[in-house]
Amino acid sequence: MSTIVLKKDSQKLIGPEVACSRSPQLPPPLIEVENLSVRFGHRDRPVIGGISFTLRRGECLALVGESGSGKSVTSRTLVGLAGPRAEVTANRLRLDGEDLLSIREAAWRKIRGRRIGFVMQDALGSLDPLRTVGREVAEPLLIHGALNRAQREAKVIELLRSVGIPEPELRALQYPHQLSGGLRQRALIASAIACGPELLIADEPTTALDAAVQAQVLLLLESLRNANTAMLIISHDLAVVSRLADRVAVMHQGLIVEQGPIDEVLQNPQHVYTQSLLAAASYVHGGNRRWAPTTMNEVLSNKDEFVINADNVTKTFPNPDGKSRTVVERVSFVLRRKETLGIVGESGSGKTTLMRMILGLEKPDAGAVYLRGNSWTSLSSAAQRSERRRIQVIFQDPFSSFDPRYTVEHVIGEALGVIGISGRKERRQQTIELLRWVRLDASILPRRPIELSGGQRQRVAIARALAPRPEVLVCDEPVSALDVSVQAQILELLEDLKERLGLSCLFISHDLDIVHRISDRVMVMKDGVVVESGDVREIFARPRHEYTRLLLDAIPGLPAKTSRWSAQDSHAESTATKLEQSEGVLEVQL
Amino acid sequence: MTLFKRIAWRLLAGVGVLWCTVTLAFVAFHLIGDDPVVTILGGEDAQPSKEMIALVRKEYGLDRPLSVQYAQYLWRAVHGDLGQSYRLHIPVARAISQQLMPTLSLMFSATLVSVFLAVALALLTAKRAPWIRSFSSGVELVISSAPAFVLGTLLLLAFSFQLNWLPSFGTSGWETIVLPTLALALPIVAVLTQVLRQELEDILELPFIVTARARGLSETRVRLGHALRHALIPLLTLSGFIFASLLGGAVIVETLFSRQGIGRLMVEATGNKDVPMVLGITELSALIYVVVNLIVDLLYAVVDPRVKGAV
Repeated sequence: MSTIVLKKDSQKLIGPEVACSRSPQLPPPLIEVENLSVRFGHRDRPVIGGISFTLRRGECLALVGESGSGKSVTSRTLVGLAGPRAEVTANRLRLDGEDLLSIREAAWRKIRGRRIGFVMQDALGSLDPLRTVGREVAEPLLIHGALNRAQREAKVIELLRSVGIPEPELRALQYPHQLSGGLRQRALIASAIACGPELLIADEPTTALDAAVQAQVLLLLESLRNANTAMLIISHDLAVVSRLADRVAVMHQGLIVEQGPIDEVLQNPQHVYTQSLLAAASYVHGGNRRWAPTTMNEVLSNKDEFVINADNVTKTFPNPDGKSRTVVERVSFVLRRKETLGIVGESGSGKTTLMRMILGLEKPDAGAVYLRGNSWTSLSSAAQRSERRRIQVIFQDPFSSFDPRYTVEHVIGEALGVIGISGRKERRQQTIELLRWVRLDASILPRRPIELSGGQRQRVAIARALAPRPEVLVCDEPVSALDVSVQAQILELLEDLKERLGLSCLFISHDLDIVHRISDRVMVMKDGVVVESGDVREIFARPRHEYTRLLLDAIPGLPAKTSRWSAQDSHAESTATKLEQSEGVLEVQL
Repeated sequence: MTLFKRIAWRLLAGVGVLWCTVTLAFVAFHLIGDDPVVTILGGEDAQPSKEMIALVRKEYGLDRPLSVQYAQYLWRAVHGDLGQSYRLHIPVARAISQQLMPTLSLMFSATLVSVFLAVALALLTAKRAPWIRSFSSGVELVISSAPAFVLGTLLLLAFSFQLNWLPSFGTSGWETIVLPTLALALPIVAVLTQVLRQELEDILELPFIVTARARGLSETRVRLGHALRHALIPLLTLSGFIFASLLGGAVIVETLFSRQGIGRLMVEATGNKDVPMVLGITELSALIYVVVNLIVDLLYAVVDPRVKGAV
């Protein structure tokens, strides 16, 4: 385990009035939770087994733990939305002295959205897809406020601007699916803070975001906290937590196993579970590469070994206003045998569209993709079908790529059918073999996707991708939805499989740490254009393009790791300043 | 631009559907093999003379080859002339337009009632206590499996003969439309409610619903303001089914309640082998079908903004 040296900047960022509130004459806490238990139905073990914490105005408490540890249930209980089957008991559950245990639904509704803002984890699913963003953001104002229609509309624009959304007038009229992930997340925050809540609960507010957007959202949350809002952050990302939180509570199996000031807990973790969390984090973010990459010269000498060759591919989509938008513009690259090419860029940079073209799911408007020297994108879909097996894909969210009614055996068996393995016995045998490759045993064959953990699902997805014996594996954010310890296992597995099976790999991610760890070469995309590409060590150590530098600086990171790539001193504050300068849109007025 | 193109394509496809319908009906009726001239002259009982038969055969153009008859029929249909009814001896178009209004008003009222009831029931029963759900879906199952004439007969027995609240037959006055509307609507309500409830229950699990609740929305607002619009999408998809049920149901219900209308006209025309009449009604149904589907297609884009780009 690596030692973590903390440089905490938040003290400086906190305004003087907040500093006062930490003097001995403390006001009563905003949230008081004592011995809170939540139980669903008549199961033996409660999901939350008696936890206690308090939270003051202007203070940020982080709940940390792996999925299933009870973090999200805790946060939902605080807004009375644990669900109809939940039995909530506590010695004390208070908001600003008011007892929340005995209040009725009507009283809850006056608290939700007005006094407690709630930001859900999944920004795509958390905005109603059939309503405009402006209408979604305006909804709490409509429910609670005394504003008229015109005032509400003005307030929405002001809110969208305050969370750093450029062109708020345009965005307010768009639908969630027309916004990138980062903008959606910020719109969701805008909706949660619309009525100026005393407490903001944010469930994994930055998990799905890339580094640059993540830094902006963190900055936004920081400024809210400095405006005396109490904040409860739920995250499995210790880097995010270390940047934002004053105190941290580590949850494990429904209990808070460790709680204290952030510096103390991170530097000197007492509980075994906290120690293992920190160890897992440093494995993902700081692990050594396990195999040596082929050097550029070696690679160049084998020119006939190109597996994929993209030549000036361009893709344009129509905008709602009738104009068109070029999402991928004249992108060229080669992927060589046994090589891993990382594609980095923030959401909206064209990564996904490029991936879809490589997979043959989208035809480029200009240029072409070649598969082993043969034209690939110009083939008819019938002709592509026979070649499809050569390129397989792993998605960020394997769950939605499985038929929920299929068992694991069925899922992998279907993929084996593609290469003509039809005998029931043979399929089963091969399926078990594939599962062994991804280090799962045959006992999960009869399970359905919903009965698998996140890590197991991703392993099954990998096994399915390997079933038709592909030459190229396209990984689209394969670990960003996973807990940090599971991330480490999956990455290790991917590295191992690539080496053993001689796969070429396209690795699409917004997480620069992971790209650095797994790729031989990297390609940085911004606004549909490749701004920089080359050997991964070279680029990470000496980024030439300003945007790459910005991305590298923007990683919130556990403070100790900055020296890893270069001597750059990029702690949170300097990142924030740079971002502010470069974007010019992050004005937070609350 | 793209919208215009899409409508143009759909209209073109609609013309194709109409053509196919007419052709199929034409072929089917000529496969039966009965002599239409006998029908025109009042059936076998009228015992028409040979000269009369020859005269009428010539007058109606039935002495020509089938292909010529078909071409002539198509040519006239394109110009809005559906021919003379063999039995009623008036133009088919006029006969249909005389009977159209009662059927349209019946179908319209049944559509309103069924959509309104189904939406209300689904909103009220989705994600409620288990006994409410099982009671509701049990009743739905019984109603949706009961044939329309059984349902209609039961309604007649209860409300006309026993309680004497409503008339059992006729076409004039609003009272006469109540029971036929219910007989036509209830099976549709049963199916729609099941689909809508399932859809609502799936939607009420989604994250944006939790977000909406976390903003302080009441249950009613969550259901009406957020969930309902999502649930309406499968309702649109089912509109083809709804229309087919209405049309099929109208035939039975109009006969059962002795109402005027296209349904009854169709039944009589089929019984009398009145080929031009049957062809005309078939064509009218196909036309309405095409129009309904076109409207539904356009409504998708109104209800779901994500559809706009797709063709």
